[in-house]
Amino acid sequence: MCVGIPARVVTINQDKMFSAIVDVEGVRREANVALLDDPNDPLREGDWVLLHVGFAMSKLDEAEAKSTLEFIRSLGSVYDEEVDALRGQNSA
Amino acid sequence: MSQFTDFRDPVAARKVLGRIAELAANQPHRKFMEICGGHTHSIYRHGLEELLPENVELVHGPGCPVCVIPMGRIDDAIHIASQPNVIFCCFGDMLRVPGGKSNLLEARAKGADIRIVYSPMDVLSIAEREPNRDVVFLAVGFETTTPSTAVTILEASRRKLENYFVMSNHIRIIPAIKAILDSKDLQLDGFIGPGHVGTVIGNHPYAFVASEYQKPLVTAGFEPLDILESVMRLLEQKSSGRCEVENQYTRAVKDGGNPRAIDVIERVFEIRPHFEWRGLGSIAQSALKLRAEFASFDAELRYQVPGVKIADPKACQCGEVLRGAIRPWECKVFGTACTPETPIGTCMVSSEGACAAYYNYGRYNKAPRIPVRVG
Repeated sequence: MCVGIPARVVTINQDKMFSAIVDVEGVRREANVALLDDPNDPLREGDWVLLHVGFAMSKLDEAEAKSTLEFIRSLGSVYDEEVDALRGQNSA
Repeated sequence: MSQFTDFRDPVAARKVLGRIAELAANQPHRKFMEICGGHTHSIYRHGLEELLPENVELVHGPGCPVCVIPMGRIDDAIHIASQPNVIFCCFGDMLRVPGGKSNLLEARAKGADIRIVYSPMDVLSIAEREPNRDVVFLAVGFETTTPSTAVTILEASRRKLENYFVMSNHIRIIPAIKAILDSKDLQLDGFIGPGHVGTVIGNHPYAFVASEYQKPLVTAGFEPLDILESVMRLLEQKSSGRCEVENQYTRAVKDGGNPRAIDVIERVFEIRPHFEWRGLGSIAQSALKLRAEFASFDAELRYQVPGVKIADPKACQCGEVLRGAIRPWECKVFGTACTPETPIGTCMVSSEGACAAYYNYGRYNKAPRIPVRVG
């Protein structure tokens, strides 16, 4: 459950506080971005973030995000569980 | 700053392993503990232990929050989940965690409305959709997960929800490390620090590990090369007589952590005087409960929970596994009475638990490299 998955910010929801649509492996869901609310370094569309239980925890640079994604994918079950959980909740 | 930018580069891995072998050759047996379940999983998945020299041993600490939930808390959770009119929400890996007599999966089979959620925010949506039901979230996790629960409670407060409740089992990494350092049956030479907890609390809180206990700690990422580089850095410190807290995972962990995340934790939660950990017993100041200001969201105040302390089953040696005193497969019931399908102990439940990781990757049928030091 402590797995953090790199996700790319697709849209920042303007009409809802601290909300963005993120993409993980083609699965899109709403993420809470309250923890990255920094006026000096605002979150932008296209940014990569580390996603944990639906919350963006920290920013990642793109090369690192891809590398981490590849690694987490290689973990097999943990990654599958995390993406399944994300996908399941998305369709619920 | 990490010395290696491609975290899977075999040339870099050979270089690091070469350096590790060189350093270890001039040192006595070294025992390093990784605290995070994510590291444990990665170490087994990639067979990293087998790449290390004979005298470098990795032991697996209590860093899987699912694994340290005591049975009494699960009974409390089942008690709440079984109340009429309750929708009880939890992460999927909590369902099979054994309580005193039963688990949440069995409670669900008996009719309790127990739902798996991916995010605490999903629980808010359920509460809004079902205004006539009490919606309870079983909150578990270290500092990585705590801010998300805190943000959700702040949001529930803002939306003035009256049917949303949290049963907090959030735990703190620092008192757990202290308990490990104070335990008598374990002699460690250093720590691989948890990376994702670090994104929240940063690296400063670990300073005492070096200054008070004279143990080095290197906060590490989750790639195989991250972990190997951290082992190399620990050996380098040992070799040069240094004892410091280092950050290998600079690409995600800032020394000061995430100040916003720390702030929301402090706004919503306060420290419990004591909290029971599976296998480790009661640890002072090791967990969080909701502040009085948010008492109306506290599931433990809404429902009278039994709060009964239940001793771990005699056959189960999770405690020794969680302290790193024995290896998973040295437990008497490992792989026989206790399997991922029918776990007796929590370490076999979560895929980040040391026993489940060993079991799933079949890396347990070998002799111990060195007898366990006891006493």
